[in-house]
Amino acid sequence: MKQTLAAFLLGLLFALGLGISGMTQPQKVIAFLDVTGDWDPSLLLVMASATLVYLLCYRLITLRRAPLLAEKFSLSTARHIDARLIAGSVLFGVGWGLSGYCPGPALVALPGLAPATLVFVASMLAGMLLFKLGEKWHNGRAVTPR
Amino acid sequence: MEHFTPISAILGGLLIGLAAAGLLLFNGRIAGVSGILGGLLDLPRGDISWRSAFVAGLVSGGLLLLWQYPQAFVLPPDNSYVTYAVAGLLVGYGTRLGSGCTSGHGVCGIGRMSPRSLAAVTSFMTSAMLTVFVVRHVL
Repeated sequence: MKQTLAAFLLGLLFALGLGISGMTQPQKVIAFLDVTGDWDPSLLLVMASATLVYLLCYRLITLRRAPLLAEKFSLSTARHIDARLIAGSVLFGVGWGLSGYCPGPALVALPGLAPATLVFVASMLAGMLLFKLGEKWHNGRAVTPR
Repeated sequence: MEHFTPISAILGGLLIGLAAAGLLLFNGRIAGVSGILGGLLDLPRGDISWRSAFVAGLVSGGLLLLWQYPQAFVLPPDNSYVTYAVAGLLVGYGTRLGSGCTSGHGVCGIGRMSPRSLAAVTSFMTSAMLTVFVVRHVL
């Protein structure tokens, strides 16, 4: 229950950060990505300040044995750089560049009820579902010998 | 560079970093939006409540912004719905295949100095910039 409340409040704070920073405005994101055009470096500062704060906090927080409300830290220990990581990231980048939306800001923008946002979020969920179905099909095939 | 907004960018970034750090401190979790959302589609799991609460928090934050700071939701007039539909599919599929997006690989992964996340961020930044270059200056 406490974990759920913490997640809600932190999600809310995260959303305010995204909104204030300009990340929820697709044209501002695209202006940042448009390095050969009328470049707007604002989002570089968003990422730099967010990452710097996280970097410092991460050092301090992981000195603890466990988080405040959970038994352990759930952190990925994967270190390998493979084709899935790169291909997935490249595909994501194309979608981000086309729309100016990445997952967080798109969810924050939902209450604006703009048709473009709704279309984006619906197909983003469809894309995630498609991935899951693909994995299931692939795994099913891998364990069933012919 | 006439639209440069350094103060709100830094302030917003600080809030994003603090919220992500808070999720680590309280719940021991990485604040990666695509991972949190994607995990919700794997229904038989025990951690649905914090995931849906985080997503509900994001949307509620959006409501608060809509009420107090509606300029956060200005949309470009020219993009077609087809563009958003294709982009959404690519973002949804790509972030799951690549295990993260701007928040998980970007803020948290780089903050943890993960080589995987650095490779992911370099890849999506490059492809996003190339995409914008092609759409704006070639087509």
